[in-house]
Amino acid sequence: MTTQTSVAAPAVPRRRAPRAGGSTLLRRRQRWGWLFVSPFLAVFALLLVFPLAYAFGMSLFTSTLATGTEFTGLGNYAKAFTDPLFLEGMLRVLAFAVVMIPAQLIVAIAAALVLDTLATKLSKLSRLLIFAPYAIPGVIGALMWSFLYSPRFGPGGTLFNLVGMPTPDFLAPGTIFGSLVNIVTWQWAGYYMVVIYAALRAIDPSIYEAARIDGANGWQTALRIKVPMIGSSMVMIVMFALIGTLQFFTEPVVLRNVAQGAIDAAYTPNMYAYSLAFSYSQFNYASAIAFSLGALVFAGSFVFLFLTRKQSGLK
Amino acid sequence: MKSKFLAAGGVVAVAAAALTGCSAGGAEEASCTNKIVNADATQVSVWAWYPAFEDVVDLFNESHDDVQICWTNAGQGNDEYTKFSTAIEAGSGAPDVIMLESEVLSSFSIRDALVDLTEYGAGDVQADYTDGAWKDVSSGDAVYAIPVDGGPMGMLYRKDILDQYGIAAPTTWDEFKAAAQALKDAGAPGVLADFPTNGRAYNQALFAQAGSVPFAYDNANPTEIGIDVNDDGSKQVLAYWDGLVKDGLVATDDAFTADYNTKLVDGSYAIYVAAAWGPGYLQGLSDADSDAEWRAAPVPQWDPANPVQINWGGSTFAVTSQAKDKEAAATVAKEIFGTEEAWKIGIEQAALFPLWKPILESDYFRDLEYPFFGGQQINKDVFLEAAAGYQGFTFSPFQNYAYDQLTEEQFAMVQGEKTSDQALDDLQASLEQYATEQGFTLE
Repeated sequence: MTTQTSVAAPAVPRRRAPRAGGSTLLRRRQRWGWLFVSPFLAVFALLLVFPLAYAFGMSLFTSTLATGTEFTGLGNYAKAFTDPLFLEGMLRVLAFAVVMIPAQLIVAIAAALVLDTLATKLSKLSRLLIFAPYAIPGVIGALMWSFLYSPRFGPGGTLFNLVGMPTPDFLAPGTIFGSLVNIVTWQWAGYYMVVIYAALRAIDPSIYEAARIDGANGWQTALRIKVPMIGSSMVMIVMFALIGTLQFFTEPVVLRNVAQGAIDAAYTPNMYAYSLAFSYSQFNYASAIAFSLGALVFAGSFVFLFLTRKQSGLK
Repeated sequence: MKSKFLAAGGVVAVAAAALTGCSAGGAEEASCTNKIVNADATQVSVWAWYPAFEDVVDLFNESHDDVQICWTNAGQGNDEYTKFSTAIEAGSGAPDVIMLESEVLSSFSIRDALVDLTEYGAGDVQADYTDGAWKDVSSGDAVYAIPVDGGPMGMLYRKDILDQYGIAAPTTWDEFKAAAQALKDAGAPGVLADFPTNGRAYNQALFAQAGSVPFAYDNANPTEIGIDVNDDGSKQVLAYWDGLVKDGLVATDDAFTADYNTKLVDGSYAIYVAAAWGPGYLQGLSDADSDAEWRAAPVPQWDPANPVQINWGGSTFAVTSQAKDKEAAATVAKEIFGTEEAWKIGIEQAALFPLWKPILESDYFRDLEYPFFGGQQINKDVFLEAAAGYQGFTFSPFQNYAYDQLTEEQFAMVQGEKTSDQALDDLQASLEQYATEQGFTLE
């Protein structure tokens, strides 16, 4: 619905050219402005603000199986921030962020830099192939990997046995972390690569020329010129990756079907909120967990944008 | 439609049209999977996931003028429960009649989501079911569902594999262990059986065989619960399996995964300790050994002098409190599997084990020969006796949580992080804490 309205908005012809000044005209323009924005505002309020407010309202109550519902104010939040399951999940997604974001970034930058220097048909094909995993829906990708990781159906056993090693278990408690990092990197590195590649293409080639005249070699051009000049794109990518990782959900949920022991119901905060609400029917506490996670994600994003304000050009 | 509105130049109108279009779509009745025979009759919506259920629904609709079933498959087990749970919280969207496993009945009745069927003639059909089956659907004086199928347990085994290694089918758990050892010593490629840490009701049934009564709960007294999951019986059983795991005599694969399903039928496990619905489950799996010879035998015993029969699973039909016409809904719950014709479909096509006495006690069912078991009369040999000895079972009103915790503790045990006793003691502590948090008083 939001897309419909946003598509429709520019199609309406402008009735009055707002050239001359004057407060009456300005007010009239503002009225039209509000009119144009109102469909979006209506949808925004209905589909985002209202549900959020409703969920927040729910989080202020406590409903137990035996004794019914009562108002407990911020009690659920106090419980959430002392709940070991929530805090462990939070630490776990932070660990994922520390490992997964650099992994995606390194793959994406390396691929983009290589593709930027090549200008053959092969590079176009490679670009498409590296991007392709992003076109696969997250659930399908994770399902696919759960078969690839399977000791029985996956290729791992065949490959390792070939060199005389035992079949690895990618779904054991010790290896599941790496297996999940691999899925997410596989899925998202290509998308980030395209963003970085586009930023690289936007750099004025005369800068490279100047660098060459100054005697810079390929490595130096890449690391001293290209990487610093795409700073704002990188900030945006890290931002996306950070928010995505803190809300980590789809991949562990799908893999949980084949690795119930290694991935528990509270593996990530989002999964915890989901199982609280839909498996254990604690909708109120689940809302509080979801809001606490939202607050932490918001705070994390804010700190990150503040720290990188120079690179992103926000300063 | 969009371009017409755009021509009119009304952006707001587009948004409004989109909104109304949306809500009109949402209000539409979910369409039935089956055909409605008598369009004028009261329609009762039903969620169920039985195999071959459409034929049973058609049979009901063709034989009823006043009530018609509108059937939807809303997913199996937890998938359906999640949807139902959300519908309860939302206050709308639940079906009139819902298929529920008996283990989750009190989880839903405590949320006032199910109708007490004593007011709608449940007593009239009580005589059609065994006492154990009826106990599973009642709590105190209230009856929350009508039983459909049961899961008396037996032992399904690969006769060809056991014969190959000269092992007799075990009748006690001691023999079971010896057989596992013999199979390993003979260098067989597979193991005797699997011990899934996520077996949930399966693990619970094994404990119950040694006398475990994990929960005491009565809906008449809904804020009180008794929890006893670390009793001597459970500890004995779990220590036994922990020993088998440590000695490498059984596998510890998660149940209900694609890997596990294949291993069940490709000879990786020689024995599948299963419920009466197990044979149906096996027949639906692919990649099976073509020369497999399956046989059924009674479940191994701790004390052969005093055999204890156990049950794994079993399902019921309950009427939800959101049902529009509760009388009609109760009729459906009582009568849908209340004919021999319906049960012949259920038994022959869906491999269900009936709890409805007229068919359960019939010669037809007793003497039925199963081609999958080389013509063995498995009901006569194994499952009828297992079902007759079943006394019923009490589950907790937070069974899903209890199972998830059991899985975590058992997984920690097979990983070598905990002893079996410690795993059950920790389970007891976590369930007690959860029950207290949920406002229960511990008995």
